[in-house]
Amino acid sequence: MAQVERQQWDVVVVGAGGAGLRAAIEAREQGARTAVICKSLFGKAHTVMAEGGIAAAMANVNSGDNWQVHFRDTMRGGKFLNQWRMAELHAREAPDRVWELETWGALFDRTKDGRISQRNFGGHEYPRLAHVGDRTGLELIRTLQQKIVALQQEDKKEFGDYEARLKVFQECTVTRVLKEGGRVSGAFCYERESGRFFVIEAPGVVLATGGIGKSFKVTSNSWEYTGDGHALALLAGAPLLNMEFVQFHPTGMVWPPSVKGILVTESVRGDGGVLRNSDGKRFMFDYIPDVFKEKYAESEEEGDGWYEDPDHHRRPPELLPRDEVARAINAEVKAGRGSPHGGVFLDVSTRMPAEVIKRRLPSMYHQFKELADVDITAEPMEVGPTCHYVMGGVAVDSDTAAARGVPGLFAAGEVAGGMHGSNRLGGNSLSDLLVFGRRAGLHAARYAADLAVRPVVDEPQVATAAAEALRPFSAEGPEAGAAPENPYTLHQELQQAMNDLVGIIRREAEMAQALEKLAELRTRARRAGVEGHRQFNPGWHLALDLRNMLLVSECVARAALERTESRGGHTREDHPGMNRAWRRVNLLCRLADPTGGLAATDPVGGQIDLERVTTDPVRPDLLALFDKEELVKYLAEEELYE
Amino acid sequence: MSTAAASTAYDAHFRVWRGDTGGGGLKDFTVEVNEGEVVLDIIHRLQATQAPDLAVRWNCKAGKCGSCSAEINGRPRLLCMTRMSVFTRDETITVTPLRAFPVVRDLVTDVGYNYAKAREVPAFVPPPGVEPGAYRMAQEDVDRPQEFRKCIECFLCQDTCHVVRDHEENKTSFAGPRFLMRVAELDMHPLDAAADAGLDRKTTAQEEHGLGYCNITKCCTEVCPENIRITDNALIPLKERAVDRKYDPLVWLGNKIRRRER
Repeated sequence: MAQVERQQWDVVVVGAGGAGLRAAIEAREQGARTAVICKSLFGKAHTVMAEGGIAAAMANVNSGDNWQVHFRDTMRGGKFLNQWRMAELHAREAPDRVWELETWGALFDRTKDGRISQRNFGGHEYPRLAHVGDRTGLELIRTLQQKIVALQQEDKKEFGDYEARLKVFQECTVTRVLKEGGRVSGAFCYERESGRFFVIEAPGVVLATGGIGKSFKVTSNSWEYTGDGHALALLAGAPLLNMEFVQFHPTGMVWPPSVKGILVTESVRGDGGVLRNSDGKRFMFDYIPDVFKEKYAESEEEGDGWYEDPDHHRRPPELLPRDEVARAINAEVKAGRGSPHGGVFLDVSTRMPAEVIKRRLPSMYHQFKELADVDITAEPMEVGPTCHYVMGGVAVDSDTAAARGVPGLFAAGEVAGGMHGSNRLGGNSLSDLLVFGRRAGLHAARYAADLAVRPVVDEPQVATAAAEALRPFSAEGPEAGAAPENPYTLHQELQQAMNDLVGIIRREAEMAQALEKLAELRTRARRAGVEGHRQFNPGWHLALDLRNMLLVSECVARAALERTESRGGHTREDHPGMNRAWRRVNLLCRLADPTGGLAATDPVGGQIDLERVTTDPVRPDLLALFDKEELVKYLAEEELYE
Repeated sequence: MSTAAASTAYDAHFRVWRGDTGGGGLKDFTVEVNEGEVVLDIIHRLQATQAPDLAVRWNCKAGKCGSCSAEINGRPRLLCMTRMSVFTRDETITVTPLRAFPVVRDLVTDVGYNYAKAREVPAFVPPPGVEPGAYRMAQEDVDRPQEFRKCIECFLCQDTCHVVRDHEENKTSFAGPRFLMRVAELDMHPLDAAADAGLDRKTTAQEEHGLGYCNITKCCTEVCPENIRITDNALIPLKERAVDRKYDPLVWLGNKIRRRER
């Protein structure tokens, strides 16, 4: 093996979406020399897909809003499984993170008095989402990207080099976090363009790689969402938390097939859109669960009145948290009341004038017109659930974003677990990225600065990582001379299995079957082969990403099988109720064989070990924000009297 | 595949450019097409069934990230927003990489020029003394720059602009429509304090970013997948203001005073 190029940095951020860029900005402003590594071009990360807005209790539209109300909404949305300290920090700090974006040039939609406008969204008591039409994610990513450029311009002035203290390695992939002893020492990477390997030596690594949706067939996620950060953490010895919780967004496109799963923003409902079944009925009124009965309208008149006069009306049930709406749509379709292409109808055309729709929902108008020949100002959309977000993720310290048990490893954004409990509210993702991206960057920089001696990257680790990455080029079939496996075929089979067997409604036997299928795919994935050479070879990239998807999929399946209740983004047909005894139970996934021996073929043992841990009790002053009557619905007996 | 889709499926004839920095050429493929599909779906089918190492950039597949830019039958377009139904079934569809940028491999080009130009545009200058949270702007004042911030940086406008499309030599002195629009956006930002910091964006547009090369043929506007009126709303006003700035000191002074009153 030829010598692999090495570079030295203080902090490496893996991922250049909202969390990664915010972490990089903070680390650099703290004085750390910071490298960002991302699979796509700079500015293309999945954050651009976020549509609705950034939740922050700025109280610009309703003065009743404050961080406590936001905290309450977040805990309710997550069915009290949230790591409460994260939910608290998030609610407290989100307004500052949004305002700061304006000082970097962001241009949000405005209120009449010139402040940042805020819109309604599912599960949020007040209009809370700062937005730019329905392209808020694009504004966020562009603002952060331009802030990075601004910092590079400062460095150019000072050092004559744009990249003296902050560099983006675009179209590069990290395949291993490297360690010395127990501590992080760097990252092993390859350049997608050339296939060239390189090592970044750095004591601090921030994972900000987003989610896992590409393991499912119907998803709103892009090709990048292969669970890389989740897998890198596992392989580095850090546990993942509550991986059974996967959010199926209630409204994805269902037709034509090639766009199935693409997101239809919740703003459509926040701004007045309604859901109807094939009988024309607004069915959501039939699906208000007990825990939310007091908060939602019982009639169409009451719900419609809320848009104009929210103080004297309860909100319409179309704005229930996403898990509730997704299950309701699923049930309607199953009962034979679906739309022609297997979804339900989402209608704004009868609710708002055409020009208002075009102004408030421009990209939805564009998307349906261009991709489905549907004019949403004149006819309803057809929508159905799509895999959108994973609540589970790297188990982190709430304040510092440090991964549990691996000094030097940090995680922020979707790849981190805990913040959203069992279900995330719309709008809480972009704010999460900013709040915890900043915290991860801050603490990674401090950690790197405080180290007296830097961990060393040893040559054997680098050689092992290089051999692992090159494996697909020498893969062989089951017998000598037989053809190797096609990575695209393996990927399609994985997506089908996860969709069918560990999807929105789960059953014990199916999940057991999924684990067997995953074991089979793991064995075959060892034989995944590629044609051609290392330059920009998508078949090779996919073969490498399969390792991550298989690891993460097993975590989801195993944890989902273990949790015998239904809560948030985990619905068990065989255990339909929420069980208060499970509220304090967190499921941790760890790599069964941390020595690096991959692809165990035993379906029972697999690669992942599960551990049940009990969460810390919620701090009393935070519990006091809720009525006792509400708490009894969520908390176990003993928690109420502690 | 459902029967409904199967009944409308047909085989299309594609010619895709394959090669790398050392050269290459068009390669013929016959490939299945189903109802509702876009060109990117077909490229993906080629990868999965006939050419696993066919290089293409893509991300969101919904026209929001601007990654899958290429040329279809010679016209710069997003692969994910070009529906197969716009072509007749017997038409040969030719897909080639963006012509204005050097090829890396197959449909992937080196778009580094754009990132270099992005760095040359001085960033937003926050108004001194205005605390975060105290920014106040009227919607009608942010409407104009917001139009430009719809840009998804697909670089189709940069690819099609004749100033650089066949004139590599102009690249050093010309920022291209996307980044001249960025200058216009910052110039129209209601709170940008560049002028107070001694930076006149109108002059620099002319003198440092090559605004004068643009002779408003509107090719950029025509290819913009976000339908941003780059020429009419960004470049022409910027040109007018650059001229005002050059010849009319009173206009400049007036602007300066009005800005201070805010």
